Amino acid sequence: MALKMVKGSIDRIFDKNLQDLVRGVRSHREDEAKYISSCIDEIKQELKQDNIAVKANAVCKLTYLQMLGYDISWAAFNIVEVMSSSKFTYKRIGYLAASQCFHDGTDVIMLTTNQIRKDLSSPNQYDTGVALTGLSCFVTPDLARDLANDIMTLMSHTKPYIRKKAVLIMYKVFLKYPESLRPAFPRLKEKLDDPDPGVQSAAVNVICELARRNPRNYLSLAPLFFKLMTSSTNNWVLIKIIKLFGALTPLEPRLGKKLIEPLTNLIHSTSAMSLLYECVNTVIAVLISLSSGMPNHSASIQVLYTHTHRLFLKYLGLLAMSKILKTHPKSVQSHKDLVLQCLDDKDESIRLRALDLLYGMVSKKNLMEIVKKLMVHVDKAEGTTYRDELLTKIIDICSQSNYQYITNFEWYISILVELTRLEGTRHGHLIASQMLDVAVRVKAIRGFAVVQMATLLDNTTLLAGSGQHKSICEVLYAAAWICGEFSEHLEDPVHTLEAMLRPKVATLPGHIQAIYIQNAAKLFAAVLNGQQGTPDCQTMQESSQLLIDRLPLFVQSADLEVQERASCILQLVKFIQKLQHKEVEVGEEVTALFAGELNPVAPKAQKKVPVPDGLDLDAWINEPPSESESEDEKPVAVFAEEELRHARPHHTEVDEKELARRREARKQEQANNPFYIKASPTSQKDSTGVEHIPVVQIDLSVPLKVPGMSTSDKYLKLEEERRQRERKERGKKEKKKKKKREKRSGMGRRHDSGPESEEDIAPAHMVDIVTEEMPENALSSDDDEKDPNDPYRALDVDLDKPLADSEKLPVRAHRPTNILKSPADDGEVQEVPKEPKKKSKKEKRDKEEERKVRLLWLRCPNGEIQCTCTKSSKHKKKKQKKDKEKEEKKRKKQHGHSGDREGEESVQNGTLEEEPLPVCDIQGNLQNGSQVVVSIIFENKSTSFLKSMEFNVLDSLNSKLQRPEGSGPHDGLTVPFQLPPGVSNEARFIFSVQSIVMPQRLKGTLTFIVKADDSSTHEKLDFKLHFTCSSYLITTPCYSDTFAKLLESADLKGTSVRLQEVSLPFHHLLAKICFHHHFSVVERIDSCASLYSRSIQGHHVCLLVKYAHQTVTIDAKCDESSLLGNVLEEIKKTFSQS
Amino acid sequence: MQFMLLFSRQGKLRLQKWYVPLSDKEKKKITRELVQTVLARKPKMCSFLEWRDLKIVYKRYASLYFCCAIEDQDNELITLEIIHRYVELLDKYFGSVCELDIIFNFEKAYFILDEFLLGGEAQETSKKNVLKAIEQADLLQENQSEDWGGLAAEEVL
Repeated sequence: MALKMVKGSIDRIFDKNLQDLVRGVRSHREDEAKYISSCIDEIKQELKQDNIAVKANAVCKLTYLQMLGYDISWAAFNIVEVMSSSKFTYKRIGYLAASQCFHDGTDVIMLTTNQIRKDLSSPNQYDTGVALTGLSCFVTPDLARDLANDIMTLMSHTKPYIRKKAVLIMYKVFLKYPESLRPAFPRLKEKLDDPDPGVQSAAVNVICELARRNPRNYLSLAPLFFKLMTSSTNNWVLIKIIKLFGALTPLEPRLGKKLIEPLTNLIHSTSAMSLLYECVNTVIAVLISLSSGMPNHSASIQVLYTHTHRLFLKYLGLLAMSKILKTHPKSVQSHKDLVLQCLDDKDESIRLRALDLLYGMVSKKNLMEIVKKLMVHVDKAEGTTYRDELLTKIIDICSQSNYQYITNFEWYISILVELTRLEGTRHGHLIASQMLDVAVRVKAIRGFAVVQMATLLDNTTLLAGSGQHKSICEVLYAAAWICGEFSEHLEDPVHTLEAMLRPKVATLPGHIQAIYIQNAAKLFAAVLNGQQGTPDCQTMQESSQLLIDRLPLFVQSADLEVQERASCILQLVKFIQKLQHKEVEVGEEVTALFAGELNPVAPKAQKKVPVPDGLDLDAWINEPPSESESEDEKPVAVFAEEELRHARPHHTEVDEKELARRREARKQEQANNPFYIKASPTSQKDSTGVEHIPVVQIDLSVPLKVPGMSTSDKYLKLEEERRQRERKERGKKEKKKKKKREKRSGMGRRHDSGPESEEDIAPAHMVDIVTEEMPENALSSDDDEKDPNDPYRALDVDLDKPLADSEKLPVRAHRPTNILKSPADDGEVQEVPKEPKKKSKKEKRDKEEERKVRLLWLRCPNGEIQCTCTKSSKHKKKKQKKDKEKEEKKRKKQHGHSGDREGEESVQNGTLEEEPLPVCDIQGNLQNGSQVVVSIIFENKSTSFLKSMEFNVLDSLNSKLQRPEGSGPHDGLTVPFQLPPGVSNEARFIFSVQSIVMPQRLKGTLTFIVKADDSSTHEKLDFKLHFTCSSYLITTPCYSDTFAKLLESADLKGTSVRLQEVSLPFHHLLAKICFHHHFSVVERIDSCASLYSRSIQGHHVCLLVKYAHQTVTIDAKCDESSLLGNVLEEIKKTFSQS
Repeated sequence: MQFMLLFSRQGKLRLQKWYVPLSDKEKKKITRELVQTVLARKPKMCSFLEWRDLKIVYKRYASLYFCCAIEDQDNELITLEIIHRYVELLDKYFGSVCELDIIFNFEKAYFILDEFLLGGEAQETSKKNVLKAIEQADLLQENQSEDWGGLAAEEVL
């Protein structure tokens, strides 16, 4: 045995050890693969020996080879052998090899479970440590499941060395075997308090990693971590905790508020960049979640920025700033210079980041400056990708928010023109569309744009470049179109015309050629028109001749569009030439071909075209063709039907044979068609034909006439001068206003970086952006922004608006109380009704509970209706309190509504103090003639939680609560919310009403559960809903002539009422009637006025109100006498109350 | 951290540690791609780059590049610190470490790394503790080797 051992070690002396192998590999650079394959053969031999030391050596070498990229998976079993050696030396090597090359797919891993378990429980902590380390790399779901319990035990090992590793590896185990998380978590949490800082930080690590993926589950740990954060001094731990908080704050904004202070302290005190960076990141997350700005953050960015000398911080700083930019753009803007500096950076990723940032940083003031910088970069940019990126960014920056920041469009056009000089850019179409957009929408710039475009057309570089760089010649598309469309601005149309018809144009893509030809025609028209009346008609004839000479080239074009337009226009010109020879003036007629201005169309225009009355877009125009219908049977088809047939089944009916036949015919036709260019040979001929034509190549080194850098600079300068001038002028004026200004700037609105604030810069006067076109009679009132479903809108109504002229009048009065109103003035009142339609649709149910009488407001499509709601309050215990509340409510009632009296009759049937006290302002909407929508606000004034509220009303014959389908006539409606103490919410119900001539009173109950700390009780509230007749009236404006006609008609029956001892001023009185009873004033003369209203079912109600000596006489007419009687009764009540 | 790579200026891999299970093929592909990307960067460039959905943090020490892949949320700066800390550990252990030390004692480099990081997370932030653990483990190894005979000790060293 001993001999064998000695023999083994002697053998080994001759084996290669790792160092030999490394040396060998290094000395065989030339034939490394060959050398290594020989080594592998040796290793295979070594692995066959049963000496563990030899095996370990072999495995060690294999590990090295694995790193060099050689496959060693075949030795997996040997690795397991070495792992299970009892000697630490070999075990270590075995685990290392395993951790390097085992993965989920390695099948021998199953064999290791027991070995690992044994090692984990080894008395030697380094054995355990090595096993844990190895396991962390190759743990599989199976291993995790089998070993989770062992590892969990190790978390409480006596040695911190083991505890630490065990805690960390738990994270890997959780990932592979999630079921282990819940049982292990309590122990993991314990480790946060471990006496050993290493174990503690490991636990923080694991929990932070877990929490980052599912922050919600770890919210409860926040206080613990907060404590750790304020006490720990270990930066590694701090970073993890702060990162964790960054994940938690979006879920719990309150946490964010708490964090700001300690984080800011850390930012100011720490010297570790990494910690600083983490803090800043979390502060940003906090700010985003808080949404309200905190002053501190700009300070923190500043801190970060003072360290930009270290290059990588630039990148991170920019990253952080782009996060801040999203929520606090203002604070980033002041760092403009820093960001611009970053554009000079060698690192492309930094430059791209900076570009992103610039987009958000521009303002009217700095746009030109920033773009100028960018243009410089465009010039010196190396890679096309980066240059294209720059180009798109420049255009994005300039065009954002509808050119909001551009004050001088001449400058912008020249920038665009400069950009066309970029070779090989992919964004020609982008530049082109910008040119078109600006020229069309900014009227004032057209003259300038046309001149610039003419130079572009004239310059052949773009044409020359069209071969390789297809994209940039898109610009010519825009140029040609602008020149043609706005040809009246051209200085020398003939010259431009010539430029557009150069033979070289034929090398451009088809769609551009087509535009050239079309616009050449426009130019021609302009030339003719311009020369009209002049004695010398040579120019006209020359230009006709020019067209006739050049167009045939395009007539031969392979592009169908070009061909068609060219031949069409050629014939036209030939005809015109004939007329010219006869000395006929044709200018106007030709111009008429292109008459009419093209205006930009608003993006939403299509949507807003009103559907004409009686047009149902969903209806079939014709009966859909029936399948059985056969074609032959219908010799005489109606046109439309014919078309339908053609449109659909046609293709399917063509069989193969037919297709072949047609193809043949087409070929034949093509062969005979002189205009059709056959396959490749001809087309080549064609293009060579173009090439003979001598084209003067322009030497590029000679500065082109194309406006270069200098032009846009020129405009930049001009603009600056203009601003200066304006500023000076303003300065003069300002001296007078100075005092005022100071006050304003004191409010902190001032921009620190310049004497000139943003809004002071007026755009150059000539620029105005043409408003986009809307279809005629577009629905004017559809406000796109307003959310008709906003439930709070209803509550919004003026409850706290101070009463202007009569404190007795409820705030809601829209109507001026003292003036005669023309019906048109009522417009604003009318607006309201539109959105209720949707509201009522949306909301169905509600309940309510009340202690007192309150008022209900109903709103109907065209006006408002009030109704009163009488609610019985129930009190048993707290009489006093209730009385107080009663008072309160009374006040509210009086505040605005008639019918308050009802409240006094409230039944006291007793209830607990903690019941909710709904605020009884109820809003309702009338959807149609038979529906009333009642909105009720429930307010919980108690200190208990209220839930399961159910609202029910006893239906009368006339009025019914609308219940969801399927529920019985006596079922209550569930209120779709619960009420915590002190909270109020609003719910709506729809009632259907049959007759509106009588006031209605509905009894109802609200049941709910009061949830106290330990118990919950069922409670019930009774109330009454009072629908007055006035509530069925809709404020409708009426013109006096219509009113007069109404009165004359025999349909209306009259009655009158007299009110004594009314001490109100007359205009208050009118306002009161208008407000409470939904009338509008038609006309008022002195102390006499006529009022009008309409019911939801279309009854007219006319009033003539006279006032003399504290007596009011109301003569009224209506086509429904009982309705009128009731309304008058209610009016009477209103005044007797006050 | 997802993985750590050490490679020379010539693009030779000197050390690799993967904290996510990947197949050899995938590992090779990633390594090749990253080595190329990082070596192509100029010395003045930023130490961070976005690569696939990961962030790469790298730093060059003498002729060796240390390169780590971290996730989007991770802190680049602390990763740089981890790299630096590891270099310090190697330096202390080998005594002014050079590339050759790592080539010839690559398993030691791994052992140190394993004491410092576990499963991609820093397990021990104290340099002293890491070195102590390594020394003791080495001692254990030497003792065992000596028991077994001087030859083994010579080999391991």
